[in-house]
Amino acid sequence: MEKGGFSPVGLRVLVVDDDPTWLKILEKMLKKCSYEVTTCGLAREALRLLRERKDGYDIVISDVNMPDMDGFKLLEHVGLELDLPVIMMSVDGETSRVMKGVQHGACDYLLKPIRMKELKIIWQHVLRKKLQEVRDIEGCGYEGGADWITRYDEAHFLGGGEDVSFCKKRKDFDFDKKLLLQDESDPSSSSSKKARVVWSFELHQKFVNAVNQIGCDHKAGPKKILDLMNVPWLTRENVASHLQKYRLYLSRLEKEKELKCYSGGVKSIDSSTKDAELNSGHQSPGKSSFVFSEGIFQKATETDPKPLASASLSDPNTDVIMPPKTKKTRIGFDPPISSSAFDSLLSWNDVPEVLESKPVLYENSFLQQQPLPSQSSYVTNSAPALMEEEMKPPYETPVGGSGVTADEFLMPQDKIPTVTIQDLDPSALSSMKLQEFSSNVTNNTEAILRSLNCELPESNHSASLDTDLDLSWLQGERFLANTGLQFQDYSSSPSFLSELPPHLWYGNERLPDPDEYSFMVDQGLFIS
Amino acid sequence: MNTIVVAQLQRQFQDYMVSLYQQGYLDNQFTELRKLQDEGSPDFVAEVVSLFFDDCAKLINDMSISLERPDHVDFKQVDSGVHQLKGSSSSVGARRVKNVCIAFKECCDVQNREGCLRCLQQVDYEYKMLKTKLQDLFNLEQQILQAGGTIPQVDIN
Repeated sequence: MEKGGFSPVGLRVLVVDDDPTWLKILEKMLKKCSYEVTTCGLAREALRLLRERKDGYDIVISDVNMPDMDGFKLLEHVGLELDLPVIMMSVDGETSRVMKGVQHGACDYLLKPIRMKELKIIWQHVLRKKLQEVRDIEGCGYEGGADWITRYDEAHFLGGGEDVSFCKKRKDFDFDKKLLLQDESDPSSSSSKKARVVWSFELHQKFVNAVNQIGCDHKAGPKKILDLMNVPWLTRENVASHLQKYRLYLSRLEKEKELKCYSGGVKSIDSSTKDAELNSGHQSPGKSSFVFSEGIFQKATETDPKPLASASLSDPNTDVIMPPKTKKTRIGFDPPISSSAFDSLLSWNDVPEVLESKPVLYENSFLQQQPLPSQSSYVTNSAPALMEEEMKPPYETPVGGSGVTADEFLMPQDKIPTVTIQDLDPSALSSMKLQEFSSNVTNNTEAILRSLNCELPESNHSASLDTDLDLSWLQGERFLANTGLQFQDYSSSPSFLSELPPHLWYGNERLPDPDEYSFMVDQGLFIS
Repeated sequence: MNTIVVAQLQRQFQDYMVSLYQQGYLDNQFTELRKLQDEGSPDFVAEVVSLFFDDCAKLINDMSISLERPDHVDFKQVDSGVHQLKGSSSSVGARRVKNVCIAFKECCDVQNREGCLRCLQQVDYEYKMLKTKLQDLFNLEQQILQAGGTIPQVDIN
């Protein structure tokens, strides 16, 4: 594919289906569409392939029913980690299933038997995503440019199947420069690409550091984080969308911890410790600890990343400057970490939207094998009701927020495991916003934290984090330990742990073993 | 090349193919499958249906095990097997097999073991029947090719 252009030819498709017959047929059909096809019979294998070759695929097509993993969970993982368009397939065309697919971020849902004509146009999803990403970039510094591109692009690209080159068509626009910039900044990407940022482990680490550094005194908004991260090629939009995912993850961890504490079955989450190479060397002894999230976050859907990102993370002060062409894969950013770093995550003042209800629970750790009550469920953003039992303390109005009510935060504990996508209110989903937790949530988490106080690490870690630091799952104090945060006031600070499990991020060699993975899978990630 | 023989064989082939559709053994998906076959993969259809039949045998076997003990039926497994079978049969256009799967699923939903067993028997019969029929079809194809002829495109309407 020519640089700066887009062509359906050679589109790199990963097909995942446990049915060998369908796999063979789809492979043939996709090859006939002139795509570059990789087949896979297991979801787990698919994820491995995707992670191995980040940026190695343009689109994923997956069956909904697979033996080792629910197709929706695969969808979530792909969306979270890779931000690739995913098409779901099934012989079952029931509305609820289709809705579930859409809610999980599938960009399309095909019914078997699948026709050639349906496969011939899947490239539009890839293009659409690219355009969205481009618009994200452009929207920052080029008002009106985005619209222009949208209109022109969609008319031009979606209308024909021929090779199109961005460069040729937009002489008076720096668009081609941006595309080139993207290519240059990411040498590993194919020539056809991508404004997509792959959040490597190191990159995420910088992100976390930046977040923590901002501290509770300041707003930890995407722009600030971006500035602190000092990653030239990264855009505010990248950070914003990543931030959303991150918050999602945190809220889920928080949920889990709550759940665990309530159920009394505090299980050791030490497997994450095993995997962690902590510079600080602090490891939580066999006790379980949970990451608390201060806020309820939501991840933008794959299919609609931009509006969500812009809606929820709009920062009036943001004026992203196009990053210079040099890409730093290694950013020597070792911010001093303040003890009140976590508070920063509490007060996202420049996040106007408030998450209305749906906390998303991420598994505490993909490495964990914690048996949650319900195996197949993942806690989703549904049910403000779900929060009811979790947050017993009364709520105060969150700082700066539009008011997170108790209803929104509390979830009935027994409901947590069984909440499924169907419980979700689609309208709420579509208007997911970031919310700030009330300080009472903090209190609650503090209480739980205190109960694990003996696990708190000494706050004498080196503040400088090597970018090579592999962070284990944030589990309360473990997170603190990992990031070397100085927590003089740990017990009173909101345990807003801001790290994602290492395996979630590229660059981390320690992927969870199959057992842990299946647990993770069972926990499920909800990506709406 | 004996053109008369070839023509006869081709005619036979066409009629047989049409009859399979008319009798409901095959549906449009099989036509689509045949379209995918090309010089690069001349045995594509045969390979795919072979995969399908292997899959059938395996799924049916697993389900029969689940249904074996009257007091301990794993309907979940059976349901999963039926679902897979349905998906699989839709891939090659095995219409009769697919139809049995629909009835099979209903028996499963109400946990009717007897019904499930009957469906299992039927689906076993149907896939084996289809296997025989397709084998005959492929044999005809081979005969045509060996006689120097080409496989006719059969228009099923």
